[in-house]
Amino acid sequence: MTTVADLPRVEPNFLGAQTSVRSWLLSTDHKRIGILYFVATTLALGLGGLFALLLRIEHLTPEKTIMEAMTYNRLFTLHGITMVWLFMIPSIPAAFGNFLLPLQLGATEVAFPRLNLLSFWIYVLGAGVVLFSLWLGGVDTGWTYYAPYSSRSPSAVVPALVGIFIVGWSTILTGINFIVSVHTLRARGLSWMRVPLFSWTIYATSIIQVLATPVLGFSLLVVMLDHAFAWGLFDPAQGGDPVLYQHLFWFYSHPAVYIMILPAMGVVSEVVSTFAHKNPYSYKALVYSTLGIAFVGFLTWGHHMFVAGMSVFDAGAFGVLSMLVAIFSAIKVFGWVATLRRGSISVKAPLLYVFGFLFLFIFGGMSGVAVAAMSLDVHWHDTYFVVAHFHFVMVGGTLTAWLAALHYWFPKVTGKLYSERWAAVASALVILGFFGTFLPQFLLGNAGMPRRYYNYAPHYQALNVASTLGSWALGSGLLMTLGYLLHALVRGPSSGANPWLSRSFEWRTASPPPERNFEQPLDLGLDAYDYTAGFSDAERRP
Amino acid sequence: MSRGHASHFQSSEQQAQAARLGMWVFLGSELLLFGGLFALYAGYRAHAPQAFAEGIAHSSKGLGSTNTGLLLISSTLAALSVHAGRAGQRRRAALLLFGTMALGVAFLIIKLVEYRAHFRAGIYPGGVGQFFVQHPTPGLASFWTLYFAATGLHAVHVSVGLLLLAVTTAALLRGKLMAERLYPLENAVLYWHLIDLIWIFLWPLYYLA
Repeated sequence: MTTVADLPRVEPNFLGAQTSVRSWLLSTDHKRIGILYFVATTLALGLGGLFALLLRIEHLTPEKTIMEAMTYNRLFTLHGITMVWLFMIPSIPAAFGNFLLPLQLGATEVAFPRLNLLSFWIYVLGAGVVLFSLWLGGVDTGWTYYAPYSSRSPSAVVPALVGIFIVGWSTILTGINFIVSVHTLRARGLSWMRVPLFSWTIYATSIIQVLATPVLGFSLLVVMLDHAFAWGLFDPAQGGDPVLYQHLFWFYSHPAVYIMILPAMGVVSEVVSTFAHKNPYSYKALVYSTLGIAFVGFLTWGHHMFVAGMSVFDAGAFGVLSMLVAIFSAIKVFGWVATLRRGSISVKAPLLYVFGFLFLFIFGGMSGVAVAAMSLDVHWHDTYFVVAHFHFVMVGGTLTAWLAALHYWFPKVTGKLYSERWAAVASALVILGFFGTFLPQFLLGNAGMPRRYYNYAPHYQALNVASTLGSWALGSGLLMTLGYLLHALVRGPSSGANPWLSRSFEWRTASPPPERNFEQPLDLGLDAYDYTAGFSDAERRP
Repeated sequence: MSRGHASHFQSSEQQAQAARLGMWVFLGSELLLFGGLFALYAGYRAHAPQAFAEGIAHSSKGLGSTNTGLLLISSTLAALSVHAGRAGQRRRAALLLFGTMALGVAFLIIKLVEYRAHFRAGIYPGGVGQFFVQHPTPGLASFWTLYFAATGLHAVHVSVGLLLLAVTTAALLRGKLMAERLYPLENAVLYWHLIDLIWIFLWPLYYLA
């Protein structure tokens, strides 16, 4: 095949340049490290998803279905730990961010390539230690490690804490690397207010990673000392204050929600603009709302603790601050919809996922505004309503955006095309399956079913069965995706350099990109979203 | 590497700028790490002001203040070492770093002497020991546990800082750091200043008032 888009290249692409195992595992190429992260985080998704499916099967009946109560406690804890720290936190930033940030900045690397490789292996080490705790019998504290139970629990708390502590280092180092890259490595001509939107969200996410993660690290360190040496800093029996633990934990873990959702929003911004072939309705609004969410996200942690003993004034303040996040998010949603309006839309798999994202994210976001009001939260706290709310944002938001990113950049990374038909079927399964899983949980929670309970009252069974059936549809959609993408990887037709006709910078080089990203140094005095010029016939040819 | 900078940078100036920014961001991250400690201190002190006053009365002001002096002087020497490095005085810069490290080691030794005195007095973390039987003030155990956590975490940072300074000194002596490529020295010294700065806040909180 020698089409115009496929001109003979001076350099081999990054996939073909070296093929030994060592050249992958010890590569300092940001693109290869991105792929390593992708593989590792996808394995974590598979593991966390398996735990979820088992938990849903257990809830088919009100009493014991397939596992003991202790197993159930350990499985929901590991589901949370794996999904939050091993999948969602690094999934988009470390995998897609690594691959795309330098490409979108017109750079050949991240600022510190060796540190980048080190971050990946620190992640692997941390994940290994977490899984080691599974081998020791697992943890039963819930992913939040609430004190004082976490100081006393007879399960393998310490290795699980050490593992997350180690993963935190990887998060911080990646954050530093990305912040410095954006500051120092932008190509000539690329001013701040023309940096692509995905890179902006990665930048904002990195700031959160660097500032919030050390607080988590510190809190977990103290819980470790409490558990291993009975220091009792969070144990009321020794004069400690467990509510202080909750403050410190949520000071990290609420901003961590934005580590998960901001990059997802960046993906949506890119996909919407590319598939509408139109510049964003307001680039500035999308940038400033990203920074706004990153900032306000640090001031909302108290809304997790409305029932933990909090003054009415504090609760009101935290409630109002939390609602500010919804305003920034709404600016984004309107921005995306306005971008689509009168665009030249091509409905492809990434855009299907973005449609799903818009719907599920609005649903999850609005229920977030509801639980941010103390009077309502007291009713819903620790029920399935909250479980449904955060899964709508985390899974309905982040996971669908992750799938959009995967389908959008698959040709960029591999140079191959997948089957659009299979992708459409899978996206329908994922989105409807997701809806089937979590919509019943809103109803269950509102009817009073508490979360994290092994047994439930018999009248909750119908909705629980519905939720479990939904989880099977969601799971099969994800498996189907794995199947046709692997097939495309081996047998897929060549995509050419720019199959979606995008103007974004990462598509201005070959797909897969050459080892040094661009054939010659770029001058990015251009607009990443300028679709006014239209496309030449050569560009339109697949 | 022939032009003295990694190939993904345009110039050695850009590389130095990236390294410096990276260190500053990392220092910000470290501040938040200790921020958690200060938050706990504020929380527990608000719960039990008397116990904290009693705890501070028992801490060894002499040793703690000596350590403050040592760290301040060591930071001054470290800053002078950067000046010497910028002026191209390699040996002088290395000598000043040796001085910094000697004071850092002295700090750690004094810290250990202090810990030993506490253990002898029956003060252990977690409210364990004879001292807490004789002084059953509620909150006193929290003060001492926090004291060990804070000074312990700080001592870990001093040790890492010493390691960083040792590596930097070795690089200086092997002629790897020149006036134009001084950022590893500058970064190591920045880190050392942070360690000093954190102690400047720990000192009054645990020794003075």
